[in-house]
Amino acid sequence: MPVLQAASGARTWRQRDRRRTLLSYLGWLIGLIVLAICVRFIAGSTLWFFVWDAPRQAAALVDRMFPPDLSYLARLWAPIWDTINIATLGTLMALAISVPVAFMAARNTTPHPAVRQFALLIMVTSRSVSALIWALLLVSILGPGLLAGILAVGLRSIGFCSKLLFEAIEEIDPKPLEALSSTGASGSQVVGYGIVPQVAPAFAGISVYRWDINIRESTVVGLVGAGGIGLQLDASIDSLRWAQVTTIFVLILVLVVIAEWVSARVRAAIR
Amino acid sequence: MTAQSLKGRPWRKRPTIANPYVRWAAILAAVTYLVLAGSTLDVDWARVARGLDRARSMFAGFMQPDFTSRWSAIRTGILESLTMTVVATALGIVLSVPFACGAARIISPTPIYLLCRAVIAVTRSFQEIVIAIFFVVMIGFGPLAGALTLAFATIGFLGKLLAEDIEDIDPRPLEAIRATGGSWLQSMAYGVVPQIAPRFVGLSVYRLDINFRESSVIGIVGAGGIGAALNTAISRYEYDVTAAILIIIVGLVFIAEYASGVIRKRVQ
Repeated sequence: MPVLQAASGARTWRQRDRRRTLLSYLGWLIGLIVLAICVRFIAGSTLWFFVWDAPRQAAALVDRMFPPDLSYLARLWAPIWDTINIATLGTLMALAISVPVAFMAARNTTPHPAVRQFALLIMVTSRSVSALIWALLLVSILGPGLLAGILAVGLRSIGFCSKLLFEAIEEIDPKPLEALSSTGASGSQVVGYGIVPQVAPAFAGISVYRWDINIRESTVVGLVGAGGIGLQLDASIDSLRWAQVTTIFVLILVLVVIAEWVSARVRAAIR
Repeated sequence: MTAQSLKGRPWRKRPTIANPYVRWAAILAAVTYLVLAGSTLDVDWARVARGLDRARSMFAGFMQPDFTSRWSAIRTGILESLTMTVVATALGIVLSVPFACGAARIISPTPIYLLCRAVIAVTRSFQEIVIAIFFVVMIGFGPLAGALTLAFATIGFLGKLLAEDIEDIDPRPLEAIRATGGSWLQSMAYGVVPQIAPRFVGLSVYRLDINFRESSVIGIVGAGGIGAALNTAISRYEYDVTAAILIIIVGLVFIAEYASGVIRKRVQ
């Protein structure tokens, strides 16, 4: 801990010594310069006329959004059911695929390092493309509908689920496995009685956690035509029926809150 | 004990749900749900079959991505995505700190606590793309709408996680500084900040990574970034351009994730 000694002999405590202070100032300077360049770029490609008009637009928007059109609620139950199905079936699909991927990726269960790299590549690809982009691609291939939504949500979730699952597999206690194989258990028995019971709680937690995230994702995949309540949202926005948009928002909010509550309860029960 | 007496019922793994009625009810409910959900799925198999051709041309596109013919659109998109990410993360960090402090029970009074928690809950409930629609309606197309969207979403994310970190700090240094007569500001600067700074840097870098990922999506609704170019390429069925854009996105995300992993490891 650096202590500065002034000419008068007074000693003051400082958090950093002089070199580290200068370095941190330099870091801040570079960061601010980058930020300034970025701000200039964005300012350059903005039509400021619309921005100065924003408060009026916002006021008009709020005016048109309230009161919400509650009669529209009756036509939203089917889309909400579809939304829940996209999330649930997508999660199930992702879990079915991520189990083998996770076993291929975990250092202690992978058949070969090359297989491990392949599994890691699957995870990165799945995770770096968001569900909406997957949905865009799939709608273009399969046509609009629930199937594209389910596959989009599922493909996006594979990376997430298998990453968390393979980390859980790598953290298991190796002693039960040794004990099992020393009794002459076969490979599948070692997995079934040694690994599965150790990762099952983590697996359940990951599933519910991802299901909760997928409920949010599945509310928007409809914006690009992949089914669910997003389709209704898109239609209402395109036809400027903002009172219906408010209704849809309230419904989405309720759905998301319920999903989060269920997921939190289940995860608390597992722990 | 002879081997004979050990015979009899072989050992079985205990079922996860002990009560057989509950167990069978759960299985029945799951099967019923799957049947119901499957029956409303309504897949147009003829359309899917026609899609196979497209899938083939998409695959061909990935084999031969076309970076050149739409390069200027791709370049603008990428620049917009990157600048939006930087500005949104910086703005989001600045805005999220007061909300995080307000949402940490140990350092804020109850009314402020509830208000900040409510703001965080609302910003977290909606997907970035929905928020983007609103900003586009209000301030028009372009990267400013995208930057504001991502900043808005960052408040909820950082605010919540940072508030939890503040609540988890060791209160003893804080008490010690107060006991030596430190002011509120000093107790924050020397008691709270050093304890949460590493986590804060880690979370900010993580959010930078997420913001880049999201910035590639919100262009679909006109909020700037590479998403617009991607959307155009897909709707024109130009799968070679699509492939080029996706490869760039995956590459940049990979770099961002790697860099953020290294930084987070170093600060923690």
